[in-house]
Amino acid sequence: MTNSRQLQPGALSMSNKSSFDSYRRRFLGGVASTVAGMGVAPGVVLHSVGHAKPAGDAVTGDVRWGMLIDTNKCAAGCDDCVKACDDEHGLTGFDRPETDAQWIRKVTLKDKQTGHTQTLPLLCQHCEKPPCVDVCPTGASFRREDGIVLVDKHICIGCRYCMMACPYKARSFVHETLQDQKPFAPRGKGTVESCTFCVHRVDNDRTPACVEACTAENHNAMVFGDMNDPDSELSRQLKKYNSRQIRADLELNTGVRYRGI
Amino acid sequence: MRITVIKLWCTVLALGLLPGMPALLNADDSLLPVIPEAQHRVSEAQGCVEPVEKMRKDHMEYILHQRDETMYEGIRTRQHSLVECINCHVSDAPDAARYGSTEHFCSSCHKYASVQIDCFQCHADRPVKTSRHNSLAPGTMRLHGKSVVEKDDLLNDKLQATAAGGTVHE
Amino acid sequence: MKQDDFREIEGGRPFYLLLGFIGLFVLAGLGAAWYMEHHGHWVTGMSNQIIWGTPHVFAVFLIVAASGALNVASISSVFGKTPYKPLARLSGLLAITLLVGGLAILVLDLGRPDRLIVAMTYYNFKSIFAWNIFLYIGFMGVVAIYLWMMMERKMNRFTKSAGFVAFIWRLILTTGTGSIFGFLVARQAYDSALLAPMFIIMSFSFGLAIFILVLMASYKWSNRPLGDVILFRLKNLLGVFIGAVLYFVVVYHLTNLYITEQHGVERFILLEGGVYTRLFWVVQILLGSLLPLALLYNPSTGKSRGWIGIASLLVIVGGLAQMYVIIIGGQAYPLELFPGKEVTSSFFDGGINAYAPSLPEITLGVGGVALALAATLVGVRVLRFLPVSLADDQIDQSGEVA
Repeated sequence: MTNSRQLQPGALSMSNKSSFDSYRRRFLGGVASTVAGMGVAPGVVLHSVGHAKPAGDAVTGDVRWGMLIDTNKCAAGCDDCVKACDDEHGLTGFDRPETDAQWIRKVTLKDKQTGHTQTLPLLCQHCEKPPCVDVCPTGASFRREDGIVLVDKHICIGCRYCMMACPYKARSFVHETLQDQKPFAPRGKGTVESCTFCVHRVDNDRTPACVEACTAENHNAMVFGDMNDPDSELSRQLKKYNSRQIRADLELNTGVRYRGI
Repeated sequence: MRITVIKLWCTVLALGLLPGMPALLNADDSLLPVIPEAQHRVSEAQGCVEPVEKMRKDHMEYILHQRDETMYEGIRTRQHSLVECINCHVSDAPDAARYGSTEHFCSSCHKYASVQIDCFQCHADRPVKTSRHNSLAPGTMRLHGKSVVEKDDLLNDKLQATAAGGTVHE
Repeated sequence: MKQDDFREIEGGRPFYLLLGFIGLFVLAGLGAAWYMEHHGHWVTGMSNQIIWGTPHVFAVFLIVAASGALNVASISSVFGKTPYKPLARLSGLLAITLLVGGLAILVLDLGRPDRLIVAMTYYNFKSIFAWNIFLYIGFMGVVAIYLWMMMERKMNRFTKSAGFVAFIWRLILTTGTGSIFGFLVARQAYDSALLAPMFIIMSFSFGLAIFILVLMASYKWSNRPLGDVILFRLKNLLGVFIGAVLYFVVVYHLTNLYITEQHGVERFILLEGGVYTRLFWVVQILLGSLLPLALLYNPSTGKSRGWIGIASLLVIVGGLAQMYVIIIGGQAYPLELFPGKEVTSSFFDGGINAYAPSLPEITLGVGGVALALAATLVGVRVLRFLPVSLADDQIDQSGEVA
């Protein structure tokens, strides 16, 4: 155990457990009727349900979320993924590029020898062995069981050591006072943040905003899914095509893989 | 000399406190905070997600517990979620009170009790209307390659309401 | 030396004037910290590219110098060099005060300094930063006990053991500080085990330079005799340490120059890095190392107090430049994500990152130095840290091995 944080004991006592359960019954009842509705509604096609996680269940290591980015399909000049991320998380910026947060960015590469150019989105690589988690003094940087690397902003002291340690420059420090944050993307001055793989969407069995935007444009350069599930679209593609990790020499086993670099 | 100065100051202090005395002695109700009404009741019998008395005393425990469960384990039940507190207790009008105002549900009481919190330095202090990101536009999502919902506006509305944190107390 | 040979310095007008003057800088530093926290770090020169700025240069310098300041005491207690014994108390005091100054800067530059308690209650033991929190606080405790053993007659017999513990602790502490950078695999300029021993040698040099200056100033201002014997010993030692730092700098760069992958960052620091190249060659190497070496070992300047003081000052300036080149130069050079490619983006990938120190950052850094000096001044005023006389006939050289 590398982290001495503890949950508050007794926060849920027996007495309020019962009302919790009744709440859950009500809530699950609602979900069940919604799901039942799906079955009968005309024109609805439902492929391979089964993995959707009930809201009350904890995430497990059976799943490892990952992403495959095909740089051959990534269009030069297109930054729909970036815009979608900014919109999703309310990363409005203050017109100060040096200090404004960027969770995902488009990077252009030009081969020094051959002049070949290509472009790709760069975001938190959600490493299996993340250097940011290793160096964080308070344990605020952590890796969820399902492989998503997050910052617990409640215990982040803003030392920025994780930003020094990240090989991908994936993290941003919030340099100014913010207001009107998105409910699912709390962020505030003095703490460090980065791509969350849209964890609030993923927990509701949905796809990250960047992937959705890329697909909506019909570029289909980004595929998101469970690397541990051999039947997922992601695993199928990863198995079929050659892909690589950025800075593979560090052996961090990144969750984000690239084709065509 | 010094003693005289101290006496003088004590007198000045006592005189300064006099106007406030009646209020302190009468414990006037007008001094109690005005707490804004919530928008929903869980049931006829129960006002909040826990009995109101309990919530007044222990809401921070519930929120803290939920915070860690959501953060570390991805548990996203809504009973003790801060987002749901805000959705129900704070108006979504554009000019709704912000945290720090006595008209904001949380600060109406925190101000009275001199409680300092930093929740709203990061969290939204007002409900935010669903934007594009919570819409389940058909064909643009891939549910991680596991399930795909297509073409049903009625259903989408329902899902959207659920995802957006609409009422579940049916 | 007997207990009576140590005395507090005189109070009175000059003392309070000096304390007030230093106090102004402390207040300015606090004001700068408040300004930075209130507005957020965008008002500083720091950015998402240059993550640690000028405050870290001062903070790391002070922390490194703190452990080095203890050296004089270690030489006397652990290595039994009796001539240094009268200096041991001041050495211990400076070790604590410099560390306090450095830590104050570090804490006040945090994004959330109000959460200091979190840093004290949540630990990730895989983080060298978390270990350093223990090492720093523990160091203050260990040195405080060491001072007690030295200053309380009944405890004198434990001085050697306490001094030994403090010596080992300080070696581990500076290893930890160097490893903050040494453990960073991500960046070309860091990621080297050499940084830990290099920081130890740097601490010897910077700490001793500060010690010499504080010693000379306090004896001059309190009109106490300071003989040549002890001063010349200290300055000769400083020369050795300067040479040792140079050696590590040479080895570090030679190693990198041999590794093709590292040629980019070496070209940046040594040739094309603009301000970093100038700071390295002109300030760190020429003014901060070669010139003081020449001054200290030249038969005429080496015997002049003025020149010894100037040489010590140059070592400090060179040390700050070295920290600047390591910390900020190391971040200015971009991350090497795609070898063989030219990289561009809206997030400043692939380019040299711009940074200019801002006034609040410098003020905070200077404020930390001022805090260390103010604490030292109060220390020597209220407790018996300084011998009444360090004249040559007071220095016990009898225990010396020739």
